[in-house]
Amino acid sequence: MFDLFNEQNEGMPQSRRHFLNQIGAAFAIACLPQLALGAESSKKMTRRIVSVGGGLTEIIYALGAEKELVGVDTTSLYPEAATKLPSVGYARALSSEGILALSPTLVLATEDAGPPAVLRQVGTAGVPVSILSANDKFEGVIERIQHVGRLIERSAQASQLESQLRQDWQRALAPILARKTSAPRVLFILSHSPAQIMVGGRKTSADAMIAYAGARNAVDGFDGFKPLTPEAVIAAQPDIVLFTEQGMGVVGGVDGALKLPGLAQTPAGQKRRMVALEAMFMLGFGPRLPQALSALDQLLTKAMQG
Amino acid sequence: MTSFISQLSRRTITDWGLPQWFASKPAWLLSLILISGVWAAATMGAVPVTWHDWLAVLQNSDEPLSGGAYVLWHLRLPRILFAVLIGAALALSGALAQGLFRNPLADPGLLGVTSGAACAAALTIVLLASSGIEIPTALRYWLLPATAFAGAVAVCFILDSVARWLTADSIAGLLLTGIALNALAAAVIGLCTYLATDEQLRTLSFWTLGSLAGANWAVACVLLITLVLAVWALRQLTHAMNALALGEAAAAHVGVNVRALRMRVIMLVAVLCGFAVAWCGMIGFIGLVAPHIVRLLVGPDQRRLAPLAMLVGAILLLLADTAARTVAIPAEIPVGIFTALLGAPFFLVLLARMRKGV
Repeated sequence: MFDLFNEQNEGMPQSRRHFLNQIGAAFAIACLPQLALGAESSKKMTRRIVSVGGGLTEIIYALGAEKELVGVDTTSLYPEAATKLPSVGYARALSSEGILALSPTLVLATEDAGPPAVLRQVGTAGVPVSILSANDKFEGVIERIQHVGRLIERSAQASQLESQLRQDWQRALAPILARKTSAPRVLFILSHSPAQIMVGGRKTSADAMIAYAGARNAVDGFDGFKPLTPEAVIAAQPDIVLFTEQGMGVVGGVDGALKLPGLAQTPAGQKRRMVALEAMFMLGFGPRLPQALSALDQLLTKAMQG
Repeated sequence: MTSFISQLSRRTITDWGLPQWFASKPAWLLSLILISGVWAAATMGAVPVTWHDWLAVLQNSDEPLSGGAYVLWHLRLPRILFAVLIGAALALSGALAQGLFRNPLADPGLLGVTSGAACAAALTIVLLASSGIEIPTALRYWLLPATAFAGAVAVCFILDSVARWLTADSIAGLLLTGIALNALAAAVIGLCTYLATDEQLRTLSFWTLGSLAGANWAVACVLLITLVLAVWALRQLTHAMNALALGEAAAAHVGVNVRALRMRVIMLVAVLCGFAVAWCGMIGFIGLVAPHIVRLLVGPDQRRLAPLAMLVGAILLLLADTAARTVAIPAEIPVGIFTALLGAPFFLVLLARMRKGV
């Protein structure tokens, strides 16, 4: 986790801002937290955020800073309101001029944003660019929330959100940890197009979700996503095949999925255990992670019972 | 294939129902189009630029530029220059390759030069990342272009030595070697994509689509110098290139040292193509289409073909890149999509005309 540039508020002398911060800090220590919040909201700085990454956009909404959001990328599909904002395009094919045109005062991006040259250009044009680390763990979500909270001066909201999430997380995990049944073998399939069917191995967001849900990833012979091979699928013998909703649409629903090579020769194929969740919801590792885990757990449990 | 060329060469612009003076003064017309294209590209973009910004850029004061002026000077103008230079370089390398092979479909892509560069870059992306060697940031910025360029040059050397070893001074041997190298490079790239992690894969795929987003003045200057040197080197070759159009034996009879000529042309193609691929990834169609357009305008004489092809290439890439960065503001679309959009229909029209015959 690193900041490429220190956050600086334009149009406000450093000393004055420093002074304000000290006052804010003094308030926070001396008085009730609400007063510090009051001091924060009375600031007349209009922050303009461009968020690159669906998970980060969700965090900004969850922290109640959506009014400061002026641009998002194509993966920011939730909440619905985010899709109405100007899109700076695909996270890996950003345009420096396009971002600067939104006159942001802060660019938040995940590690996979790019091209690097474009982010450098935005940085040298005087807009602070913060790259947030991507990791597929619950603690990673908490870290990102805290980090974003610090960057947009909403640490109090971030702490609230954090404690809320920790509760939800425990609640989502409890039934999974209490379960005594054997872990089903789950195969995750990602398909952007019918010609590109990929299987999720270790060290993928899908693998992390499957593990959290108390299931086993049916393929553990490789890291990352690899093209689907029929023999490997048959060898994996998955009990359930997990898709993203988008991917399920691409392969043509459950019937189309059954036609994928090798799938019919697995327990999952024979019993038609094909389930799907919306991609960003399931794999976004944002504030909706506890709900996503519960949803996935229910899907898998139902599939195994049905 | 040679009949194809001769058909093309006989069909100049007057056959296409355009006025005669176009055919006699195409350079003026093309320069005019290019200049107006540059002007249009400079005024178009996500950030509005006013004449105040132009003044701020031209005044060259000590104050750091901001807003529209910053965008104009640090982002838009270098990118425009980049598009013009890369377009010219690609078109020139295409024109040279087509002349050398006396084959209208020959371009650095066919030779395997482009794939060689891409292959080297792919290896760099995947192997370096998995070896875990830490590279200082300043170096990393130059590493990919450097290896891509090295890949292009390496392919050219392999091409030349293998072809010479196979068949003394024949173009066919070179062509076949190019095809084999292409297949080899494709296999290596395929292996790299298999070994690549998801993240590397995206770097790889973005790089194979091509983009001019990395433009800056320093690189543009290097490109400009390279291109000027290439044109200077070309001036001495055009005559021999024209002789070569008659066939290798005939060219040798009129006193052309075919082997030396081939070596020089190949190196030129490697340098131009390597630089273009190194900084912008793989941008297709320009090298193939630009020389064709010019042949339709003025015929196959290299003395006119090469400079005019450069102009046309510059215009084409400038159009494509301006479209790429303005069609979906504030997002950007990969430029390769637009070069293909411009190139493919043109090619189909060309083929349709060929069917009708002369």
